[in-house]
Amino acid sequence: MADEVRVAIESDADVVVARQRARELAAGLGLSGTDLTLLATAISEIARNITTYAERGEVAVSVVATGRRRGVRVVASDEGPGIANLELALRDGYTSGVGLGMGLPGTRRLVDEFDIVSAPGEGTTVTFVKWGPELG
Amino acid sequence: MAVPILKQGPVLIASVQSALTDTDVLRLQDDVVEQVGRFRSRGLIVDVTALDVMDSFVSRSLRAIAHMTRLRGAETVIVGIQPEVAFAMVQLGLSLEDVHTALDLEEGLAFLRGQLEGPENGGG
Repeated sequence: MADEVRVAIESDADVVVARQRARELAAGLGLSGTDLTLLATAISEIARNITTYAERGEVAVSVVATGRRRGVRVVASDEGPGIANLELALRDGYTSGVGLGMGLPGTRRLVDEFDIVSAPGEGTTVTFVKWGPELG
Repeated sequence: MAVPILKQGPVLIASVQSALTDTDVLRLQDDVVEQVGRFRSRGLIVDVTALDVMDSFVSRSLRAIAHMTRLRGAETVIVGIQPEVAFAMVQLGLSLEDVHTALDLEEGLAFLRGQLEGPENGGG
């Protein structure tokens, strides 16, 4: 099994491919069905931001490990317009539509670690990790 | 991949077979709104049992379908949301709050039958 998959994101079909490939990679690490669904949903949200705002980019999914557990790290990057106000984009309005409507606060709740780097004109890179169970 | 839509009496059943791209979802939206008129349908069931992801776009589109078909005189029921999908939707903050849902196709049909035979429709 490969430890990394990279999917170029240029169309809505690529969004589906990215989440399916990530699910396959993560399934081998012992993540529960619920965690696999949370991971796939998070990728769907973030990859759609690429097609919506940046037109094209990439989703890279890789296996990460600490001493006691393995997990999946997702890096979604683009060279699009970037986000001027990250604080606003990350503000949690839950269902009320507060924020920039990019689904970032909701996506952050689906994963274990979440980081975003972005600036106007310099693209956006979202990195998140979903951990599997601790190894006995 | 297009979603097949079956006509069963006054009800349309759209049965999602596999993962949907955004394009598929928008096509489903157009198809059901058109067919509700063509078949003079009173109800629509969208069966999402096969969906492993219901993200914000799919949720928003299903709400739009329910609202549009209601304006065309038909009630929509979403059936078959899987437990882990429901969990992810709640975490994400998606609720489908004003859309009818039912556990599965059988429950959805029973719900619509009740709606269509209700007193405001002149009884049975």
